[in-house]
Amino acid sequence: MKSLAATVMASESGPHIPGPADFFLPPIIGSGEWAPTKIMLLVVLSVVIVLGFFYAASRKAAVVPGRLQFAGEYVYGMVRNSIARDIIGSQDYMRFVPYLFTVFTFILVNNFYGIIPLIQFPTMSHIGYTAALALITWLIYNVVGIAKHGFVGYLKLQTVPSGVSGPILIMMVPLEFLSNIIVRPFTLAIRLFATMFAGHLLLALFSLGGAWLLLHYAPTWQGVAAGLFAFLLGIMVSFLDILIMFLQAYVFTLLSAMYIAGAVADEH
Amino acid sequence: MILTQVTAAETEINPLVPHVPEIILGVIVIAILFVGVAKFIVPNFEKAYADRTAAIEGGIENANAKQAEADAKLAQLEAQLADARHEAARIREQAREEGAAIKAELRAEAQAEAERIITAGKAQIEAERQAAAASLKTEVGSLATGLAGRIVGESLDDDERSSRVVERFLADLEAGVH
Repeated sequence: MKSLAATVMASESGPHIPGPADFFLPPIIGSGEWAPTKIMLLVVLSVVIVLGFFYAASRKAAVVPGRLQFAGEYVYGMVRNSIARDIIGSQDYMRFVPYLFTVFTFILVNNFYGIIPLIQFPTMSHIGYTAALALITWLIYNVVGIAKHGFVGYLKLQTVPSGVSGPILIMMVPLEFLSNIIVRPFTLAIRLFATMFAGHLLLALFSLGGAWLLLHYAPTWQGVAAGLFAFLLGIMVSFLDILIMFLQAYVFTLLSAMYIAGAVADEH
Repeated sequence: MILTQVTAAETEINPLVPHVPEIILGVIVIAILFVGVAKFIVPNFEKAYADRTAAIEGGIENANAKQAEADAKLAQLEAQLADARHEAARIREQAREEGAAIKAELRAEAQAEAERIITAGKAQIEAERQAAAASLKTEVGSLATGLAGRIVGESLDDDERSSRVVERFLADLEAGVH
C-alpha cells in the first residue's frame, strides 16, 4: 500500500525511482510475514510448471522422441551429461543428477518469470529463495563428503591443499576452511540474488523512467525522444537479462556440481 | 520529504536479509520438486536413454550378423567359382590329353597298316618269286631233257645243224608258251 502511494506521489514531482522497496510486494491475503504474496505463489507455481512440463516430456520415454520429449531431453541431457557427468565423473554422478536437475530447472523457471509479461518478477531476486538453494547445496556437499571420507578426513580434504606442508599450513588451513566451508553458500546465494535483483531493477528503471519521460517531461518532444530511447535501451537490457537468467541458473548448477565433485573426490 | 521516505524505506527493507518464511517455503518447494524429479522425470528419461542404447546396440548386432552372413555367402560363392574354374581347366587339360592320345593312336595304327601292307606285298612277291623259281626248276629239267633228246636225235657233229635245232626248239618253245 505504501509503495503504491509513493508511486502516485512521485509521478507528480519526478519519476519514481525503483528501489529495494519495490521488491517487497504486499500480501495477497492477510498480513504479516507468513501471509502469501505474489512471489510465494510464483515459487509454488514454478514447481507445477517444471514437474508438469518435464513429466509430459518424459512420460512416453520413446526411443524416437517427439518434439516435446526432445526438448525435455535436451535440458535433461545438458544437466546430466555436460554438468553432472563431466564434473563429478562417470562413477557416481548419477545419484546427484536429480538434485542438479531440480536446481537448474527451478532457478531457470523462477528467473524467466522476470521477462514473462504479467508475471514480470524474478523470484530469485528475493534472497530467501537463493539462500534456501545455497543451504541445501551446502548441506549436500558437506554431508556426502563426510559420508565418504569421515569427518576428519573430509576436513583434511577441504582444508589442507595438496603439496603444501610446514608452517605455511597455519595460514592456509583457516583460509581454505573459510573459502571452502563458510563462504561458499553465501557467494552462491548472493551471486544469484544480486544478478536477478540488479536485472529487475534495471528493467524497472528503464520502463518507469521511460514512461515518465514520455508522459510527464516538460518540453514534450524531448521527453518523448528520451522516453523512446529509454524503452529501446530497456528492450536491449531485457535480452541481456534473458541471457543472464539462463547463465545464472547454469552457473549455480555448475558450482553445486563442482562443490559436490570436490567433496567426493579421492584424496590427493 | 521523498529523501527521508526513501532512507526510511531502506533502513526498513534490506534486500540482503533473507526472510525466514521464504527460506522455509523455498526448502519445502525445492524438496517437493526434488521428489517429483527423482521419482518420475529422471527414471523416465533414463528409461528412454536405456531403451535407445539397447535399440542401437540391437541394431548394430543385427547389422553385424547380416554382415557375417553376407561374408560367409560371398566366400562360399567364391569357393564355388574357384571350383568351377578348376573343373573347367581340368576338363580342358583332359580333352587335350585325349586328343593327343587319339592322334598318337591313329598315327600308330596308320603306320602299322602301312607296314602290314608292305610286309604283305613283300611276302606276295617272295611267294611268286619262289613259285616262279619252282616252276622254272621243273620246266628247265624237262626242257633240258627235250633239248638234249632233240640234239641227240639229229646229228651232233654238224655245228650248223645243231644250232638250227636249238633255234627251232626255242621257236617251238615260244610258240608252245603262247
